[in-house]
Amino acid sequence: MAQPLVKKDDDRDDEADYSPFLGIEKGAVLQEARVFNDPQLDPRRCSQVITKLLYLLNQGETFTKVEATEVFFAVTKLFQSKDIGLRRMVYVMIKELSPSADEVIIVTSSLMKDMTSKTDMYRANAIRVLCRITDGTLLTQIERYLKQAIVDKNPVVASAALVSGIHLLQTNPEIVKRWSNEVQEAVQSRAALVQFHALALLHQIRQNDRLAVNKLVSSLTKGSVRSPLAQCLLIRYTSQVIRESANTQAGDRPFYDFLEGCLRHKAEMVIFEAARAITELNGVTTRELTPAITVLQLFLSSSKPVLRFAAVRTLNKVAMTHPMAVTNCNIDMESLISDQNRSIATLAITTLLKTGNESSVDRLMKQITNFMSDIADEFKIVVVEAIRSLCLKFPLKHRSLMNFLSNILREEGGFDYKKAIVDSIVILIRDIPEAKETGLLHLCEFIEDCEFTYLSTQILHFLGIEGPKTSDPSKYIRYIYNRVHLENATVRAAAVSTLAKFGAMVDTLKPRIFVLLRRCLFDNDDEVRDRATLYLNTLGGDGAVVQTGEDVKEFLFGSLDIPLVNLENSLKNYEPSEESFDIYSVPREVKTQPLAEKKAPGKKPTGLGAPPAGPPSTVDAYEKLLSSIPEFANFGKLFKSSAPVELTEAETEYAVNVVKHIFDGHVVFQYNCTNTIPEQLLENVTVIVDASEAEEFAEVASKPLRSLPYDSPGQTFVAFEKPEGIPAVGKFSNMLRFIVKEVDPSTGEAEDDGVEDEYQLEELEVVAADYILKVGVSNFRNAWESMGADCERIDEYGLGPRESLAEAVNAVIDLLGMQPCEGTEVVPNNSRSHTCLLSGVYIGNVKVLVRLQFGLDGPKDVAMKLAVRSEDEAVSDAIHEIVASG
Amino acid sequence: MELCPLIKNILLLDSEGKRVAVKYYSDDWPTNSAKEAFEKTVFTKTQKTSARNEAEITMFDDYVVVYKFVQDLHFFVTGGENENEIILASVLQGFFDAVGFILRGTVDKREVLENLDLVFLCLDEIVDGGIVLETDANVIAGKVASHSTDDGAPLSEQTITQALATARERLARSLLT
Repeated sequence: MAQPLVKKDDDRDDEADYSPFLGIEKGAVLQEARVFNDPQLDPRRCSQVITKLLYLLNQGETFTKVEATEVFFAVTKLFQSKDIGLRRMVYVMIKELSPSADEVIIVTSSLMKDMTSKTDMYRANAIRVLCRITDGTLLTQIERYLKQAIVDKNPVVASAALVSGIHLLQTNPEIVKRWSNEVQEAVQSRAALVQFHALALLHQIRQNDRLAVNKLVSSLTKGSVRSPLAQCLLIRYTSQVIRESANTQAGDRPFYDFLEGCLRHKAEMVIFEAARAITELNGVTTRELTPAITVLQLFLSSSKPVLRFAAVRTLNKVAMTHPMAVTNCNIDMESLISDQNRSIATLAITTLLKTGNESSVDRLMKQITNFMSDIADEFKIVVVEAIRSLCLKFPLKHRSLMNFLSNILREEGGFDYKKAIVDSIVILIRDIPEAKETGLLHLCEFIEDCEFTYLSTQILHFLGIEGPKTSDPSKYIRYIYNRVHLENATVRAAAVSTLAKFGAMVDTLKPRIFVLLRRCLFDNDDEVRDRATLYLNTLGGDGAVVQTGEDVKEFLFGSLDIPLVNLENSLKNYEPSEESFDIYSVPREVKTQPLAEKKAPGKKPTGLGAPPAGPPSTVDAYEKLLSSIPEFANFGKLFKSSAPVELTEAETEYAVNVVKHIFDGHVVFQYNCTNTIPEQLLENVTVIVDASEAEEFAEVASKPLRSLPYDSPGQTFVAFEKPEGIPAVGKFSNMLRFIVKEVDPSTGEAEDDGVEDEYQLEELEVVAADYILKVGVSNFRNAWESMGADCERIDEYGLGPRESLAEAVNAVIDLLGMQPCEGTEVVPNNSRSHTCLLSGVYIGNVKVLVRLQFGLDGPKDVAMKLAVRSEDEAVSDAIHEIVASG
Repeated sequence: MELCPLIKNILLLDSEGKRVAVKYYSDDWPTNSAKEAFEKTVFTKTQKTSARNEAEITMFDDYVVVYKFVQDLHFFVTGGENENEIILASVLQGFFDAVGFILRGTVDKREVLENLDLVFLCLDEIVDGGIVLETDANVIAGKVASHSTDDGAPLSEQTITQALATARERLARSLLT
């Protein structure tokens, strides 16, 4: 590895540390900026000060509002100077300061003058600055100049206007769209970059008009686009057109010839762009792929790392879907394993793992073993994952692959890396029965010397489930019991649980397990002792060889059907008293987690990490909020809160949505209101609810919102009484009533007098689904069998003509508001029948399971067989009623 | 916009990973500390590699970074994970060579700091709001060094000789002060 540091002698050291900005200070530089106000400007000095200011900003220093304004005004004075160099710095400085709207006015005239100057450099830069800082109003004034600039004979000016147009299109599309003709002319420009910028803008103007984009692409693919960058753009637009027309056309793929032609372009960026585009075509054929793979193969042996990386990364993706097409490159790939750039080497290895055949596995593993020792953990993880999929592909090779995994498990490595290996072994054990015993032993050896508590406990848990089912469970006991001696309390506790599981499942081992558990009673940690005591009692039989009861097994192995977060919260809220903690009082609603903004690819929870920690629930937030309101305090336990339902259109004066809170004998509507008018303050906000179409409901309380200022949401509540435990439904119409006061926008003060006003909201419905909680079960069949047919109700329904089977399935799921299980909510394309499994908890804490069988009856008519099982006949009937009336 | 090649940032760091001149064109790093954290990651990930002859490349956190080192300076250009690597490399090469032209081949941290105004102008001429403005180092350096040319002289007529002349003049000036 070469060290980038320059060797330095001592005397050179001082010199190297010298910087013109040494000891620079914001305050002092701001003082210096006063030279901008001198009547006789010194351009060189001013330039230096601006450089210092830019340096400060670049280093992350920030100016206060006042400082920024001061600097900005001072900088505007510099327009008086005729020095070109200084003017350039002024342009950059203004962009960095991003002045506010009222400040922009100060420089507008100076910039507009520069925009019409004879000096090209002034024109180009003034356009860029002005477009960067301007708002829509000014744009109409300068539009004429911008249009001219687009077709300016100087390419720098034209590019400046075009690029500014691309940015402005985001904020002022209607204005920029009027420039189409000029932009179109610029696409024909002889200057390469003008063509690129014009093409980018033109496509963006037309992007929503498919026909226009089609025309653009077909005319340009025939002609000659000069700029490589523009050609890359054209390739991207072409692939988009191909993608969108894929379903409508049969036969030869349109524009494929153009893409293939680009493979012979002289610019590498175009060749690569085209090759990548071809590999990403939907349903690409081997014949179409071949020329693209050929050029990528050439890149693999390029002297430039960037080209090698680009090629191997693309081929790696191709290998996922078309491994055979990539095998031609295998020899080149193998030589890349020793590439200096480890990213390239890792991509090469994982590609080889995907394309390799069964016979090459052993050779490949030998090469990888050498490679693993000198790459970083992050790359190792990628390799481990690739090896896992290879093993699943060639189960016969599990011995050598499992060996490899256990070898690297013993070597040095961080947590994430070790976890990836353990996860892989676990998955292989699950999926390849022959690999189970060796895999478990590898894991046992690993926990003998494992520094990560998390991994030890997870492996112990896994051993507890899989170990007893092996041919000789007793050989694992030693490893597990060693933990009780050697590890920290967390691992010891996990080991105790695992021992208990062996005791429960393997009757012959029970006496020995009892001896071991008794020894744990003297542990110095509470949790370990507690667990040992608990298990000694639950296993029963007092150490004799007897069979373990089913309920004990259920206790030890059954899944906890309560979200852990909910349990944790309930336990925190529980105050020690006479009344013991009731596990059934824990809310079971699973709140779906909002999709993470940025999905991390390749980080899917697999193996041990699979059960994700329970998502944070909003139920508690609601519960806390409601119990803090005295009027609702005696309603009892909150059963369910609905998702917010919008009662207003988007972008109206007042935005209101409602959350329905269901209690046993009450319903509370929580209206979340937002005032979107800056000039208004609302006071005494209430919602007048008309419940004439909801006979079983009677209003009992209402909590108005005292004040609703602009843009800070507030809530008002209305509560209804309803028959206890009964899923009453009904329609409610809502009217927002309030006192409105004018607000002076400059001072923010409201006038004293207000006017009473009303605002009509949309209707709201309480439906049957509001009384059912979405609670999933992990194994539907088991749950279904154990529920028994005592309270089963089966009936058939005709759902009439439907768009598709999937649409019918979703409609019923929505109607019932239950949790689809085992992915059965997804209907495969073109299927004529489908079975969907749902589970939930009905009000009154009654578990309900539903099996829906759909079939197409005639061309569009859907018929459905509905089977319901629950703990209560009445509930099973109620579900049928919902469907019958829905 | 999503189909147009976009540059996320251009970084010029010194041999300890400290900022010399940087420009961000994306909102992916809203605060200065986020920017500094990114710079630190980039620096540590590439520190041990040799990127002195050919531009090197790496990928992490859904970004592709191309980079090149000279003396005590580290040049980086970052793009999104699906960006065409070769386009990124051409931007890097444009920046790298333009700075070389402006500084008459003596490219090190001290020389860059002495001419920081020109380096800022250079960044300003390469990319505008993420969109590539120019990748030809001759043209970039020419635009940056247009100080000494007369009013009204079209940019296209400027040559690299002129750019170098300006640079030389500036160097002389800085030595005199």
